[in-house]
Order: sequence, then structure tokens, then C-alpha cells
Amino acid sequence: MDSTVKVKSYKYKKHYNPEQVVFGFIKYLVLCLFGFIAVLPIISCIITAFKTNAEYQTTNVMTPPKSWLNFSNFIDAFTKANMGRAFLNSLIVMIVVLVVSVIIGSQLAFVLNRFKFPGNGLIRNLFFFASLLPSVATQVTVYSIMSSLGFINHLYGYIVMMCGTDVISIYLFIQYMENIPVSLDESAIMDGASYWKIYWKIILPLLKPAIVTSCILKGVSVYNEYYCANLYLQTPDVKTLAVSLYTFVGPKGSQYNLICAGVIISFIPALIVFILFQNQIYSGIAAGAVKG
Amino acid sequence: MTEKKTFSQWITSRRVQQVLICIGFTVIPLVLLLIFTYIPFGKMVQFSFFKMTYLTPPQARRFVGWQNYIDVFRRKDCFGALKLSLYYMVGAIVQLFLALLLATMLSFKTKGGNFFKGLMFFPYMISGIAIGFIFKFFYTRGFVLDTVLQWCGFNLKDLPYWLKDQRINNWSLVFTSVWRYFGQNMVLFIGAIMSVDSELYEAASLDGANKWEQFRYIILPSIKTIVTLNVILSITGSLSSFEQPYVITNGANGTGTYFVIMNRIAHTSQKVGLASAMAVVLLMIIIICTILQKLFFKYIFRDADSDDESYKAKKARLRAEKAAIKANKARLSQTKGGIA
Repeated sequence: MDSTVKVKSYKYKKHYNPEQVVFGFIKYLVLCLFGFIAVLPIISCIITAFKTNAEYQTTNVMTPPKSWLNFSNFIDAFTKANMGRAFLNSLIVMIVVLVVSVIIGSQLAFVLNRFKFPGNGLIRNLFFFASLLPSVATQVTVYSIMSSLGFINHLYGYIVMMCGTDVISIYLFIQYMENIPVSLDESAIMDGASYWKIYWKIILPLLKPAIVTSCILKGVSVYNEYYCANLYLQTPDVKTLAVSLYTFVGPKGSQYNLICAGVIISFIPALIVFILFQNQIYSGIAAGAVKG
Repeated sequence: MTEKKTFSQWITSRRVQQVLICIGFTVIPLVLLLIFTYIPFGKMVQFSFFKMTYLTPPQARRFVGWQNYIDVFRRKDCFGALKLSLYYMVGAIVQLFLALLLATMLSFKTKGGNFFKGLMFFPYMISGIAIGFIFKFFYTRGFVLDTVLQWCGFNLKDLPYWLKDQRINNWSLVFTSVWRYFGQNMVLFIGAIMSVDSELYEAASLDGANKWEQFRYIILPSIKTIVTLNVILSITGSLSSFEQPYVITNGANGTGTYFVIMNRIAHTSQKVGLASAMAVVLLMIIIICTILQKLFFKYIFRDADSDDESYKAKKARLRAEKAAIKANKARLSQTKGGIA
């Protein structure tokens, strides 16, 4: 036991040259600087969210609040912006969109990857070209289609619109499916399984890592989506969490202690998910970018 | 004879099944794609030749020919807004550079590395509208940024109004965008750097290579493709920059990027024809850029399209090398054994 410790410390000393010290110092300096810049806006928001109105008007924004247990702003923001309902709406939208888009996306990828048929390449290109169109631009006319379908101000309309599978997850599925040996399908066919069964019993379970990745990428973007939600979900009881923040635009526009509390409530679910699934999120980002 | 018949039956039933599954599994995604991408696209082209609002009934729309397109290029607020993309392009390049720097630092052993990574990545998880509020607050006169700068010894009188002063406000918005996305870029680069075989570093440090040399000769070549891809993507990205100015300033004081102006023309002024023409013009520019990018990639990295293939090839090569080393070792130990 003793000897191993000695070996370790010896090794450490051996690597401990001036160049490394300087490099280490600069490294931590830079990391601390950027870490500070990254959290500063959020920290200031947290500080302000705990202040009473009087405190907010009299003290500097960076002065800590008198009491860190003053949750009145949070309660106020939560009720004023109807965030309970909004959170429920966000949850419904997210779950339905994720389930539907994973299923139709992986089904499409299954067909595109496993079968050669006329139009296979065409479908791939159609999806690729669609990914070039920035969604803000297409919303100019999607709006008129949504209104003619009667989809405006209904949660289901927004959900259907968001279900359109994105190319990145299709690419992910196809890429992943290339590594699932076709011999698995073939042996299942020998056993008399239908393609329908092969998809549900073999392909879908094996796609799990790709599904997790695409759920993370799509989940973040659906949860945070506010532009279309703001266009199509205007009545109070269909607002999603991101849209509910718009309540603070206008008359309450400068009451930042209330606004900051609302902002913090809106990202707490994301923070929890982030802390729990940190590593999956990182690998999801890295995997999703390969073909992005 | 009977056997043959059942076989052909089997074949046909498979065929039928295949066709059914192909249709069944593609129909929903294709319908969605049609309704929410291609029909809107077609309508956009159609609308761009009309003078109309959303509420104008089809009979009352007035055909104006190329007038909307002429307006896009003539009106100062339309095409001129594309100039603002330059700010975002510069921001994107700075962002990539910083992301690369920090990714390299974090991919070496770092105490608390995961903590720093988390801090810098988290902004990516916050919704755009929340970021809008955070930064409106951040930049308000006498608030967060001004306070911190005063700590550093600046005088409040010398500081500009971050969101009103036309000399600086676009940079303020660009900073927000960098703040939001650079952590994501960094995580992406860390992923790419981690996929480099760690044996290469060991070999390099045995050969006496310092950190810079390790970066220059090992890390950079292996992530060249992904960096270039991101540089190129940032060009189209900055042409269509929208979120930061939309949520923070709503395009006031000369911060309206092309899409912010387009959004305003479409949904506030209800000039749907003009907005459609703007969208079509930018789409054309983006498509041209994408084609140029593809050509560029084909020219610079001939194997860019078969990215993962080259990755596989690399892996295979490394595996072969490892095997060779193992074989060598085995042979050595054998000879050693022989000597002993």
C-alpha cells in the first residue's frame, strides 16, 4: 500500500515542471473567467428574484437579498403567468411530440435503410432540402395553412405541426441502423416474422441509444420553442411554459424581481433534467452534430 | 411442384408485405412534410407575386408581378438588414475559436472540469425568450453589466447604453448569442477530441511533445472536418439570425436583422406578399451558399461525404497497428522466454 502511494507521488513530481505550472495556472484562470461570464447573468437573476419590491427599487442589482427565503416573487410569477397550466401544456406537447416523432422517424428510417424502392433517394433529398429552409421563413405561409386547418389556438394543432420529423434524427436513425446487421432481420423472416413485427421487436429495441439521443435533442428544442408557440397558441389555457413568459412583456416590463422569478421557474425543469442526464446530453450533442 | 407453388406464394406475400410496409411507414412523415414544408414553400412563392394580407380573400388579392422582389432590394430596411449578419458572422467565428480553446483545455485532465463544462453548457438549455429577459435585465442602465464594470474601475458615465447606442448594441446582441451557444459548440468539440485515440497522446508525450504540439499535430488534424463544417454552418446561421434581436430589442435602434424585419412585415404590418418575397430571396441565398459549401467540401476534403467511412478506416488502421504491436510484444516475450 505504502509503496504504491510513493510511486504515485514520484510520478506526479516528475511531471511537475515549470511549463506545466504556467499552463495549469493560465488554464484555471481562463476557466474561471469563462465560468464566471457564463453564470453571471443567471446569478444576477437569482439574486433579484429573492428581493422584495422595496428592496429591488432601493438596492443595487448585485447586492444579495436580505432573505434567501423570500419566495413571494416565485409564487406571484407562478400564479400571474398561470405557469402551472403552462407547465402541464408543455409536458403534454413534449411527450406527444417525442413519442410520435420517434415512432414515425424510426419507421421512415427503417424503410429508407432496409428497402430499395423507387423514390428512396427522392424522399431522402426531400427531407434534406426541407432542413435548409429556416422555420421562421416558412412560418409566413404555414400560418395561413394552420388557420385554414383550424389548428390555431389548439394544443393538438401545435403538436401536429411540431411532429414533422427533423432530418437530424432521421440521419441518426439511419446511421445507427446501418450497424444493426441485416442478418437479424433475415433470421426473423425465416422464423416467419412479418416486417411489422421485425420493426417493433428487433429494430426499435436495438435503436434505443439513437432514440435517447434524438429525444434529448428534440426535447430541448420542443421545450424551449416559443416562436411558433407564440404565433399559434394565444389563448391563456393553451400557452406553453415558454410562451407564458410573454405575460411579463408590457405593463410589468420593468418589474424584474417578478420577471426573474418567472424565468427561473421556466428553466428549473431543464436544470433538473440537465443535472440528471448530463452525460447523455453531452454525448447526444456530440452525436447529433456529426451529420448536422 | 407443390413446393414451388408455396415458394412463389411466399415470395408474393413478402413482396406485398414490403410494399405495404414501405407505404405505411412513409405516408405520415411525407404528409407532414408536405403540409408543413412544401405546401407553405409553394404558397410562399405564389404569395410573393401578390399584394395581400392574411385576411384578404383569394379573389381580392392583387397580382403585382415582380414588384415585391423589386421592393425587397429597393427598400432600405429589407435587403440592407442583411448587413447585420456580418456582426453575427464575426461573433460565430469568435465563438468557434473560444469553444475550441476551452474544449482543448477541458479535454486534458482538469480538476473540476465537469463542473466548468456544466456551467458553460447550461445556457444552451434555457429557452430563447427566457434568455431575452435575462439579457434585457443584464444590459439595463446601472444593472448587472454596469455594476460589474464599475467593480473593475469603470465610471458609469463612460459606459454606453448597451442596447440603445447604435455603435455597440449589435455587439451586445452578438455577445448574447455567443453566450448561449458557445457551450454547445464546446461540448461538440470535446466529443470530437475524445474520439481521438488516447494512445496517440501518450506516444506524443513520450516523444517529448508539449501541449501546443499535441494540439497542433494531433488534435487539430483529427477535428479539422468538424471545425470547418461548423465555420461554414455559421455563415448560413448568421444570415438567418433571428432569436436574439427578436426577444431582446425586437429590432429597435438598428438591430433588426433580416428575419426580424420579415417577421414584422408579415405579422405586424400584414404585408404577406412582401414578406414572402423576402423569405424567397433569403432562401435562394441560403441554397446558393449550401451548394457552394458542398462544392467547397468536395474540393477541400474529398472524403467529407464519407466521413464515417474514413473514421472507420482510421479505426481499422489503429486496430491493425494495435494488433501488430501485440504480435510484436508476443514475439518479444517469446524470444525473451527463449533466452531465459
